[in-house]
Amino acid sequence: MPEFVLTVARFGFLILLWIFVFTVVGVIRRDLFAGVRSKSIVASPRGVGGAVPEGRPAKAKRGKAARQLVVTAGNLAGTRITLGEAPITIGRAEDSTLVITDDFASARHARLVPREGQWFVEDVGSTNGTYLDRGKVSGPTPVPLGVPIRIGRTSLELRP
Amino acid sequence: MTAPAVPASSPASTGEMARIPGMKTQRNAELGLLAFAMVLVAAYGATVEASRIGEITPTFWVPAALLSILFLGLHVVVRYTAPYADPVIIPAVALINGLGVGFLRRLDIGDALSEKLPVPGIFAGIGGRQLAWTLISLILAAVLLLVVRDHKIVSRYAYTLGLTGIVLVMIPAVLPASISEVNGAKLWIRLGSFSIQPGEFAKIALVSFFAYYLVRKREVLSLASRRFLGIDFPRGRDLGPVVTVWLLSLLVLVFERDLGTALLYFGLFIVTLYVATERASWLIIGLLLFFGGVYVAYLLGASVGGPFANFYDRAQVWLNPFDNENYERLGGSYQLVQGLLSLGTGGLFGSGPGAGSPRFVPEVQNDFIFAGMGEEIGLFGLSALLVLYLLVVERGLRSALAVRDSFGKLVAGGLSFTLGLQIFVILGGITGLIPLTGQTTPFLSSGGSSLMANWLLIAMLLRISNAARGPAASGGGTDRSGGPKKAPTQLHGAMTEVIKP
Repeated sequence: MPEFVLTVARFGFLILLWIFVFTVVGVIRRDLFAGVRSKSIVASPRGVGGAVPEGRPAKAKRGKAARQLVVTAGNLAGTRITLGEAPITIGRAEDSTLVITDDFASARHARLVPREGQWFVEDVGSTNGTYLDRGKVSGPTPVPLGVPIRIGRTSLELRP
Repeated sequence: MTAPAVPASSPASTGEMARIPGMKTQRNAELGLLAFAMVLVAAYGATVEASRIGEITPTFWVPAALLSILFLGLHVVVRYTAPYADPVIIPAVALINGLGVGFLRRLDIGDALSEKLPVPGIFAGIGGRQLAWTLISLILAAVLLLVVRDHKIVSRYAYTLGLTGIVLVMIPAVLPASISEVNGAKLWIRLGSFSIQPGEFAKIALVSFFAYYLVRKREVLSLASRRFLGIDFPRGRDLGPVVTVWLLSLLVLVFERDLGTALLYFGLFIVTLYVATERASWLIIGLLLFFGGVYVAYLLGASVGGPFANFYDRAQVWLNPFDNENYERLGGSYQLVQGLLSLGTGGLFGSGPGAGSPRFVPEVQNDFIFAGMGEEIGLFGLSALLVLYLLVVERGLRSALAVRDSFGKLVAGGLSFTLGLQIFVILGGITGLIPLTGQTTPFLSSGGSSLMANWLLIAMLLRISNAARGPAASGGGTDRSGGPKKAPTQLHGAMTEVIKP
């Protein structure tokens, strides 16, 4: 084997190795930025410091489907649940999707159900009631993005 | 978290996870990266043959192709059982594993040629054995992914696992030395030419047990504590079982003269406690205890000798490896010095795959594989491997952050930390940063137990990252109108609990 080929093979291998590393980092990077964007929304409570990245969510409010359920206040503040097609049950019962430890919440308090891309909140016979923004929820009510659902001391929001 | 609503009676009824349109699984990215990794493994094989044999044999691609089939199998299993799992863990680990097989085959070729023998077949020698071990490990990992559809199921068997861990650690200590002792360390079960190292598997069992127990007792641990010297100490009865398990394994390991694994369990325990209680004081206590203990052992070894003499010798080897007396002594610094020289010879870019002389380093196929590879791929190549390890650990920790149940958080955090610490311990030992303790390099060293245990660890991480990145499934109680009411699922640690939002 000529010396030249060996040298090319040797350095070529090292370069390929690093290209692989950077490809891996590239795949992760997309993932990381997705995490950072939604995290910054979570980290800033409503009205506090959330003004900076406001441009995007405002635009996204129109027509964009909800992707996440975020707890904005209460013991679980900061919890995110990625939404699929399955209904989300909320309550103190251990088998709820979102188990909230809130003294004012019932064991089975409320649930969120998707219908044709729109999420509906529904109270399932709680003691203290479920509120969408200021109004009490009596039947299945569509939930717009970014409007707080209040259960006891806990607030939840849908986010794109 | 494929389906949290698994009825306790029939865990097998967990169906395939429904793919939600619009959510990225990134499985295709994984497939692409995997193909890239296998191209690299083939390129490595070709370069080795070109510089070692002088020509590229027509079968140079066979090991890479076999590995590709194996990893492709695992990829398919992941596609069906954990579609949202992290896409970079498998390719990164597959590349490291493949390069390990390639390097071992390179050793086989080198050995055969130096004895004027023909080039060994693909399934011969340690390289072939490593290939077989990879097959078995991947089957185990796939089985784990298929059986454990939801990582929370593991928490049901936590005490069993804790007991299993202890038993696994203790078996070699109890067995007679003729069966269990290899190179002065009693941690093997040898049956003929076949040997396994049960301690490798114990770490996964122990992580699960620690995680389960700490999740159950987390609140008691951080609330009902006594303040002493500005640090909160939990009550003894809350911490009892964990400390017992941990002390037992530690004592046994010291008795088996396997300090590296003892250090691993110690670090694992401290970090799990830290994650569970959110108190940095645990890290401080742990580090103080560790350094204090090490220093006392060193002093005792210098003055008293006896059981600590071994430790004192190791410290001497670490402090003065180039000292003539240490170098000449049996079990002295010869191996370490050869490793260092090997790394130094490699320099920045190495001598090229297949162009070094790794056999100058004793045990180059096991503990010192990094030194042997470093000679050939240089600092440039070694750091790429290290970055890959780092990325795998990072992905594990990220899964721990993102997963929604505390048990999963602790298991993922503990497992990825263990992996990182193990790499640190062996690499620090080889490069002379810390005293050398026998540890395998995960996925790289020859040896079945280490490979199997670490692939199981990866499978567990994949399972948890699937839960972390996948969509939330519905709770069991109130959905599906009309159906029979299911019994509430036992979710140890309510699934939405957040350790630190």
